[in-house]
Amino acid sequence: MPVEIKGTTRREILIGGLAAGAASVMIVPAQATPERMQAAIRNVVGEASVKAGKVKIDVPPLVENGNTVSLAIEVDSPMTATDHVKAIHVFNEKNPQPNVLSARIGPRAGRAKVTTRFRLADTQTVVAIAEMSDGSFWSASADVIVTLAACLETL
Amino acid sequence: MGKAKRAHRVGTALRAFAHLTLLLATLLASFAAATEIPLDQRRSGYEDLGPDSKAMQDDDTANPASLWVLDGEALWNAKAGAANRACADCHGDAAQSMKGVAARYPAYDAARARPVDLEERINICRTERQNATPLRFESKELLALTAYVARQSRGVPIAENKDPRLAPFIAAGRKLFEERQGQINMSCAQCHDENWGKKLAGNVVPQGHPTGYPIYRLEWQSLGSLQRRLRNCIVGMRATAYEFGAPEYVALELFLMQRARGLPMETPGVRP
Amino acid sequence: MARALINVPPKAKRGQVIEIKTLISHIMETGFRHDNNGQAIARDIITELRCTYNGEEIFRADLYPAIAANPYLTFSTVATESGTITFEWTGDNGFRESASAKISVE
Repeated sequence: MPVEIKGTTRREILIGGLAAGAASVMIVPAQATPERMQAAIRNVVGEASVKAGKVKIDVPPLVENGNTVSLAIEVDSPMTATDHVKAIHVFNEKNPQPNVLSARIGPRAGRAKVTTRFRLADTQTVVAIAEMSDGSFWSASADVIVTLAACLETL
Repeated sequence: MGKAKRAHRVGTALRAFAHLTLLLATLLASFAAATEIPLDQRRSGYEDLGPDSKAMQDDDTANPASLWVLDGEALWNAKAGAANRACADCHGDAAQSMKGVAARYPAYDAARARPVDLEERINICRTERQNATPLRFESKELLALTAYVARQSRGVPIAENKDPRLAPFIAAGRKLFEERQGQINMSCAQCHDENWGKKLAGNVVPQGHPTGYPIYRLEWQSLGSLQRRLRNCIVGMRATAYEFGAPEYVALELFLMQRARGLPMETPGVRP
Repeated sequence: MARALINVPPKAKRGQVIEIKTLISHIMETGFRHDNNGQAIARDIITELRCTYNGEEIFRADLYPAIAANPYLTFSTVATESGTITFEWTGDNGFRESASAKISVE
């Protein structure tokens, strides 16, 4: 089924009804929004409060190409058995899906740093959250400008 | 006004007119050459990359193109075709035998009386020497082999053409580069000779030198050939792209390589 | 065909923090694209990378469609002892790929 049904808003139930009944359906991709990103973050942190700090996001402010964007997340932590980063979670606000990566590390990492390459559909904010061994959450966000490639391959 | 003064005035005007005509004629005559980038100002598209992409190209363990190069190495050593022959059986160690090859391609093929690019050369070997089927353009295998062979020329300066038989083809390539085409009536030269260094959308317009092909293009999230990239440009210009393997691409590549003569090969490059 | 490329330093000093780089060939089809007929192209991504060091898990990542094709992931680990570092990628459609590297720690 091409349409993702998420949540229980009237609009989304309506689309679900159409999809069940009609042969051809208006394709509405599930769209991430700042609200959905917050929901995805709540999914990870639960009721805990998220403090800004300790996390550093390294991403170009203006990407060369939204299809492949270099990303580095580093968290300030001694990475000892009693004081370390348990996990690093990355979120975005405007891709069709709010999650990017969840990396589980621990004291054996020695350094709380993860790098990858990801996709950004549009100019948006990227959020990284560090889950600490003491149960606390720390975060950082970065605004990234994304433009389409100048000469497109297909019309 | 006195006769002398009037004559003097007319004389001055005539001289000015003559100078103007001469100036215009010079400008028009040198138009084609005037837009060419001076040799000492030429720069590879690598220089226009952001630091992350430069790092990606510089580090073989981070460059996704390495996956294709490794595949190419395996293909180089694998027996193929009815002749059951590997590239290595004739060419030995690619690091030796293929060094400098990509830097002087496209090259003249006497049997065909025209230049062929590296992809076609590989397929000629496959069909004529290995009795194997030719590899499809942009197939994983052809990209891998081309990347592996061209990689052996990394660091080698692009050769200046000394083959007189290639002259008409280089001229044909130059004509394609400078000719306006498509719905927007644009030429390659307008962007890449006259407006390089300026921004188009979020990217810097490069000079368009084929130093890193096949490249890992971030837009494609894949390795791809120069022909694919040229097709992108041509479609972007709202013109009709030639079919893969068309002689126009070989002529264009031949011209572009001469335009880039002296610049070192970087295969496999990373580009936006 | 080369599926994965891993970079682990072959030698390290005990206690040294080493950087591990991983690169794997994969299209990472998001599931949000449509073909020319308007048909959704099914999702096909790597969903997890798991890394062990002499059998003990040192890194695990959940990957989502937002990860670019040919996933590149780097992380660090403390060189504790000589042995083997293993990598396992799993994903949609039963995708499974593994690699390993030896490390000598003095």
